[in-house]
Amino acid sequence: MISTTDKKNINLTLKIWRQKGPDNKGNLETYHANDISTDMSFLEMIDVINERLTLEGKDPVAFDHDCREGICGMCGAMINGRAHGPEKGTTLCQLHMRHFADGDTIVIEPWRSRAFKIIKDLAVDRSPLDKIIQAGGYISVNAGQAPDANAIPIPQETAETAMDAAECIGCGACVASCPNASAMLFVGARISHLALLPQGKPEAAKRVQVMINEMDELLFGNCSNHRECEAECPKEISITNIARLNREFIKSGFF
Amino acid sequence: MSWFIKTFQTSIGKKLIMAVTGLSFICFLMAHLAGNLILYGGENAFNSYAERLHAFGPIITIVELGLLFLIIMHVLIGSVLFYQNTLARPIRYKVYKSAGGRSLGSATMPYSGFIILAFVVFHLINFHFADKTGTTIFQIVAKAFENPLYVVIYIAAMIVLAIHISHAFWSLFQTTGINHPKYTPIIKITGIVISLVFGVGFGFLPVYVLLI
Ligand code: HEM
Ligand code: SF4
Ligand code: FES
Repeated sequence: MISTTDKKNINLTLKIWRQKGPDNKGNLETYHANDISTDMSFLEMIDVINERLTLEGKDPVAFDHDCREGICGMCGAMINGRAHGPEKGTTLCQLHMRHFADGDTIVIEPWRSRAFKIIKDLAVDRSPLDKIIQAGGYISVNAGQAPDANAIPIPQETAETAMDAAECIGCGACVASCPNASAMLFVGARISHLALLPQGKPEAAKRVQVMINEMDELLFGNCSNHRECEAECPKEISITNIARLNREFIKSGFF
Repeated sequence: MSWFIKTFQTSIGKKLIMAVTGLSFICFLMAHLAGNLILYGGENAFNSYAERLHAFGPIITIVELGLLFLIIMHVLIGSVLFYQNTLARPIRYKVYKSAGGRSLGSATMPYSGFIILAFVVFHLINFHFADKTGTTIFQIVAKAFENPLYVVIYIAAMIVLAIHISHAFWSLFQTTGINHPKYTPIIKITGIVISLVFGVGFGFLPVYVLLI
């Protein structure tokens, strides 16, 4: 399946989840994608299908996307049961058709979680992740002149670890791939990147409490340490960030 | 007190209870296994071990009640987590593939857990609540394992226990925030070793008793 093809153009059978709106029932519909260039990205391949559907007077497939260069976190779908497809550390927009073989059948489904509502087809409302950030994923700063860049010394290693956590683009693949639909990797990344830095420390205890409460209230599942999130995250965020989140939580509750 | 209850009502709080109660079972099982291995010392050694243990009297009862409380917590909270996790994805995927994170242990935690629970009840009926008048603990054990069905049930249960602990051990460290590239590989290996020691250590005893 993940074979790389030399052939320039391939023919595929797509089974795409179609759903008119949040409250409609949906189902998988079959489409034939013929003569797809292996240089295309996955989203460009759907563009081609949509162009054809539009010309035929049919409803094009709705899907989320924005930057198409792997940095915004808007795109994402389950490709044959894998979040963002079978490639490691890759967003759906950066997945190229050369990773598929002529004659493949590809099942495309939206992210599924009780906390995420389907807007239409593959477009999913991931604003619950924003709500968790709004609850406490920020630091308070006094307005005024921009402080000197290196006024507060931060060890290089700490800065690197914080930046690794800050790489999270909020795509929701961790929730989608988690057997429990838990958002712990996302929250772990957000908590880590702030808690590691001096600017994030004053509000660290309150932050972890309100973000976890918000996460629980939005009905994300509980983490069972399955580690599917880490394996699927396009930014390869490590579950050591979930351990740090757990530490921050214990600190905030008992110390 | 309310902050205390609130802390343990959160998702992480519930997991912390699972980790702490589970760790105490692992510690108990180590002591239990050490005691059971005295069986290899023969009938007299085992009976005198049981006698000395019971000489502790009320301390034993307190430990038993403590374990009972911990297991009730572990089972109830484990069930709540399992239920909530099932609800968290009401519409399942038509196609879902693991990216390699899940293990046999992690994917079966609630099921292996309930099998262990059923086994613990069965085990207590066999030996703890057995009529001990006019007989020794060794005779009760030897008599039970004359029945091959008992031997099979005990061995199967120990395999299930090993599977539960193969995930539980490293997972309890992750849950309590202990994860670092430096020592997590050691924790993972230790978990596998403990699972094997429990599986083989407990699992071979019925066979040994059957053979002697
Ligand atoms: C003596 C036997 C047992 C031992 C040593 C044990 C050990 C553990 C440990 C250490 C954990 C914590 C993992 C973590 O923190 O992530 C755990 C989790 C769990 N245990 Fe047990 N356990 C035992 C019996 C049971 C029983 C009787 C049940 C019955 C329901 C059960 C159900 C569960 C479940 C469902 C979890 C997973 C919770 C989650 O991650 O969502 N266990 N076990
Ligand atoms: S942690 Fe990874 S998978 Fe989860 S939202 Fe952030 S980038 Fe996406
Ligand atoms: S569209 Fe921006 S990350 Fe894929």
